[in-house]
Amino acid sequence: MSRVTKFAGRDPGPAARMSGFIAHLRDNGMRLGVGETELGLHALTHVHAPSPHETRHALRAICCGCAEDVERFDDLFDAFWMNGGRVAHKTIPTQTPASDHVHSSRNAKGSDADTGAGAPTTPDGDDGAAEADGEGKLMASIAQATMKKDLRDLVQPEDILQAQKIAERLGAALRDRRSRRRKQARKGDQIHYRKVIRQSLSTGGEPLQLFKKRRPDRPMKIVAICDVSGSMTTYAQVFLAFIAGLMRADTTSDAYLFHTRLVRIAEALRDKDAIRALGRLSVLADGFGGGSKIGASLMQFSRTYARRFVDGRTVVLILSDGYDTDTPELIGEALATLKKRGCKIIWLNPLKGWAGYEPVARGMVAAMPHLDLFRPANRLADLADLERELTRL
Amino acid sequence: MDWKTLQTAMADQGYIADDDLAMAVHLALALGRPLLLEGAAGVGKTEVARVLSQVQDTQLIRLQCYEGLDAAQAIYEWNYQRQLLSIRAAAEDGETGREVEERIFSEDFLLERPLLKAIRQEKSPVLLIDEVDRADEEFEAYLLEILSEFQVTVPELGTINAVTRPIVILTANGTRDLSDALRRRCLYAHVAYPDRATELAILNARCAGIEEALAGQIIAFVQSLRKEDLEKKPGIAEMLDFAAALMGLGIADLTHDPVVLQASLATLLKTQSDRDNITTEVAQRLAGKAA
Repeated sequence: MSRVTKFAGRDPGPAARMSGFIAHLRDNGMRLGVGETELGLHALTHVHAPSPHETRHALRAICCGCAEDVERFDDLFDAFWMNGGRVAHKTIPTQTPASDHVHSSRNAKGSDADTGAGAPTTPDGDDGAAEADGEGKLMASIAQATMKKDLRDLVQPEDILQAQKIAERLGAALRDRRSRRRKQARKGDQIHYRKVIRQSLSTGGEPLQLFKKRRPDRPMKIVAICDVSGSMTTYAQVFLAFIAGLMRADTTSDAYLFHTRLVRIAEALRDKDAIRALGRLSVLADGFGGGSKIGASLMQFSRTYARRFVDGRTVVLILSDGYDTDTPELIGEALATLKKRGCKIIWLNPLKGWAGYEPVARGMVAAMPHLDLFRPANRLADLADLERELTRL
Repeated sequence: MDWKTLQTAMADQGYIADDDLAMAVHLALALGRPLLLEGAAGVGKTEVARVLSQVQDTQLIRLQCYEGLDAAQAIYEWNYQRQLLSIRAAAEDGETGREVEERIFSEDFLLERPLLKAIRQEKSPVLLIDEVDRADEEFEAYLLEILSEFQVTVPELGTINAVTRPIVILTANGTRDLSDALRRRCLYAHVAYPDRATELAILNARCAGIEEALAGQIIAFVQSLRKEDLEKKPGIAEMLDFAAALMGLGIADLTHDPVVLQASLATLLKTQSDRDNITTEVAQRLAGKAA
């Protein structure tokens, strides 16, 4: 890690290396173009280029565009410039995730290091919640899965396309919330007489400027939180396709995954290449198919991300079966905190589609009082049916 | 000026920048690119611009963004009142329409707003576009033209080109995501809460004459307070207020007087629930650890 990469003798020079580096970043999903290559080279003339320390800082300022990029940059920089000879072209692997487990959840650093080494991870607190739940068939598994699944095997591009259409319709159903009042707007459909007359006073009673008004849009934002624990594996395909579609259809929406910890996946899923997006997701979702900590994850969400992204015009969509290894009270508490932000909470439970299903899982019982809508969903078609419900919400 | 010199120069003005930030500012100056600073509230993003204007010994022009900010308030506006008065006066003098029109759409009747003002300075100023994520997306589009071409088009006058290129600093704290187009035109630096050593240096730079022991305690206390579950974490400005409050009250040791400590927390905690969370016991525990 500490040595600077030795490039081959036939290497055509710094310009080629820089474009190689930019291509390497681009392969890893950062949005960079020729402009950055040029700017990068130019920048190195202003710093002491042989010093890796200075080069790293300089290139970071140029290549990164958001906080998530900054977090990943160090690994990508090391992989290209500092690996003592081997240039890893893709840090995001095709089958097994390699060393750059990147996720934006702040508190997960510790457990991440464990899984990266491939060692069995510490199980969740064994407070016996799982046993208490069990009728024998469906139990939330306690241990974090060591098996790593590639989400690309699970989700087909056609599904995403279909999901994208559904997500667009759902988004539209939610968004169409026009206000009754009109507000001043540059491109309004009516003249704002009141303002025109008031303003005309300052120009001696002559209305020089015409102000317009219109009904403001009151867009609703969707935040999807998907459970990918062991008990949800069979449904994850549908839900992930749906979320991928949602992310691509609607730029204001936001998405998270959780199993034993919470991970923000919105940035990864917005990747232009749908398959690469899923590749990045697989790296993020390490631990997929393991135990679930719904309460803790929702609590973490409502304490961190929700403060920035959730307000009165947000619909929080929770996709989970409600089988939890945490204490159920935590779910209720987390949802109550979330609810205080004024959002609508919809819980989609795949098990509700079963004949004779009652929400008896303790987590589910605790959640019920805080939900605006509780619906079954285990196929894309079910999600499409939500459209009518959402318009009424 | 290389980046180390810049870092020292900023430190002389009382701003301790880490290597990452100093390098980003240096490159922004060297390459003439706008610099986008992101980070939590209260980590000193706006302060960078102020200090930079002092280091460069130049004017600071500030544009505070808000929802509904439009071109008239950010770039330029015609002085309607004056135009109207001119028309009236001209009518009494019997001037012809053509001349009047030429006159009232001349530079004399143009009100400069920050963006136009910034590109018409003799010496390149520091242009601070504060909280750009609060402005609408339409406004971002205006910014793109100005930031890439450094020119403003006034239909009645023609295109006004920049006399000098301003040093542009944009700040954002994640009210909404900025467009990729804007991000791509800017250099980027993420400003995080400072580590212990840096924050201590900041405190010493800003509060001259603070006792070493107390300074250490304050930093340790504030740093551990940030790890608590708070709605609004105290930023650097809050930390400095806290230090000033303690110095003003003549406190030499945080653990001495629980009542005074609790009262001075008003400078650090800004919401009701945060005040409730940090009870006297919690504050004492943190202060005890800090001591």
